[in-house]
Amino acid sequence: MSGYVEKGEVVRNTQIGSDVWMMDIHAPKQAAEAKVGQFCNVRVADSTAPLLRRPISYAGFDAEKGTITLLYRVVGTGTELMTKLVAGDTLDCLGPLGEPFVTTPNMLLVGGGVGIAPMLCIASHLKAGETAQVILGFRNESETFWADLFKDTPVEVHITTDDGSVGTKGFPTAIMPELIGSNDFTSVMTCGPTPMMKGVAAVAKEFDVPCQVSLEERMGCGTGGCLGCACDGSGNKRYKVCKDGPVFPAEEVFF
Amino acid sequence: MSERDLNNTVTPNPKLAIDYCGIKMKNPIIAASGTFGNGPEYAGYLDLSNEVGAISVKGLTPKGRHGNPGPRIAETPSGVLNCIGLENPGAEHFVEYILPDLKKYDVPLLANVSAGSVAEFAWMAETLSVDGIAGIEVNVSCPNVECEGMAFGVDPKVVEDVTKAVRKVTNKPVIVKLSPNVTDIVEIAKAVEAGGGDGVSLINTLLGMAIDIHRRKPLLGNIYGGLSGPAVKPVALRMVHQVYKAVNIPIIGLGGIMSGTDAIEFMMAGASAVQVGTATMVDPEAIRHIGRQMAGYVEQYNLESINDIVGAVHQ
Repeated sequence: MSGYVEKGEVVRNTQIGSDVWMMDIHAPKQAAEAKVGQFCNVRVADSTAPLLRRPISYAGFDAEKGTITLLYRVVGTGTELMTKLVAGDTLDCLGPLGEPFVTTPNMLLVGGGVGIAPMLCIASHLKAGETAQVILGFRNESETFWADLFKDTPVEVHITTDDGSVGTKGFPTAIMPELIGSNDFTSVMTCGPTPMMKGVAAVAKEFDVPCQVSLEERMGCGTGGCLGCACDGSGNKRYKVCKDGPVFPAEEVFF
Repeated sequence: MSERDLNNTVTPNPKLAIDYCGIKMKNPIIAASGTFGNGPEYAGYLDLSNEVGAISVKGLTPKGRHGNPGPRIAETPSGVLNCIGLENPGAEHFVEYILPDLKKYDVPLLANVSAGSVAEFAWMAETLSVDGIAGIEVNVSCPNVECEGMAFGVDPKVVEDVTKAVRKVTNKPVIVKLSPNVTDIVEIAKAVEAGGGDGVSLINTLLGMAIDIHRRKPLLGNIYGGLSGPAVKPVALRMVHQVYKAVNIPIIGLGGIMSGTDAIEFMMAGASAVQVGTATMVDPEAIRHIGRQMAGYVEQYNLESINDIVGAVHQ
């Protein structure tokens, strides 16, 4: 599946947390075709520095308005430059890229940090007959904005924080067994730091619920051309995170 | 395989057509090895039959390789470091399972081959001298494979031996891809010519590194990696210029070409064709834009053919 190179127009670029921003971009081709779990590869400057694009998962898309939504954490020069963009500016966006989540009737979504973005995407785009609950893992009460993002979605939100200042103290895995035990989840979807996802996948496996994970990796092209983001798959397979993923069945990449 | 396929949607500009060592290309722009997958990955972005001059396929080795541990990519000022490590499924797998898919596109394919010995290089050339392959690009210069590619590429005698061995077993054009990580690239190019090579492509990547100061560790999993992108262009251009003066076999120039202007610079320095790699990583449609810009130049100066500018700065 090839993406589109679109010169998108920034509609809104707002700071929502100390180092987290949310951007809406008018990119109608992507907005029409994007699926939950796919990503957009953003060229932050029309120059050779920074040179490479930045892969960012869709936090949402609106085919009618022709917009895509990106949630991004400022981690370096590329994302720092993105914060300077204002409504009306042009941003070169390549997408939709990668394989999406395969949604199921009753999902447990587990997001950690900026990995919450694709969970928000699933929660905002539930199809008829689909339900979901979400566990959000973040540092402390200063990051409750993550939970606020789910206010307009129909999903029930559970929170864990590193220090227990909001929700349950600990990682999302702390409350997974209880939630899985009292619900008939047909799948677990997760995105966040690798140790968290490995923990989530292990709990899902224990309860025999299929789990899909969205991997993050340094990418070169994002289009399957350079093998910069290759990873090991089960049975001696080789995967490209950008093209075969970023979403994989957990057992294919954690073993 | 791409769902969208732009095959045969574009009419090529005849003024950009070239003949490189008998390989007829619709334009001088070759997709560089290792940046274009196997080719079909880009069928949704480019008309592979009409917008791409040729494709140098992802580097092949006798046996399949998993490549190096990550991170394999690091960004540097106007450049990219990579240490992929020649991940590929092996030459025979390529011929059996990947090549058939590529044949539906009317674009010449260069088989980019690496190996661990002179005899293995010959075996590779023989294995890949099959229908559907237009030429053999002998990679004696991959910086990411210890004691293999690079060791070959830095010694003129060994380069000559490899070229001779490959020449002997194939009737396809033999193009040797040169490393810039040498004292004198001209000596290496001369060795290719002496060994019966039909052409040279230069440059492969420049060995470099980057460090994560917070972790106090190299950014790349393999510590060192090959630098490509605009940062290396002036070095590559100088090397093409030097090699053009010293040999009579035609040159494929590459190293940081991002625009039509860059490509034209390489041709004026002496390249008969160019390769585009890092630009595709930034923009999967880069080859189209570069081709259009080159066509614009031909138009602007009322040239009969893009071939007219090859080596122009030497006149």
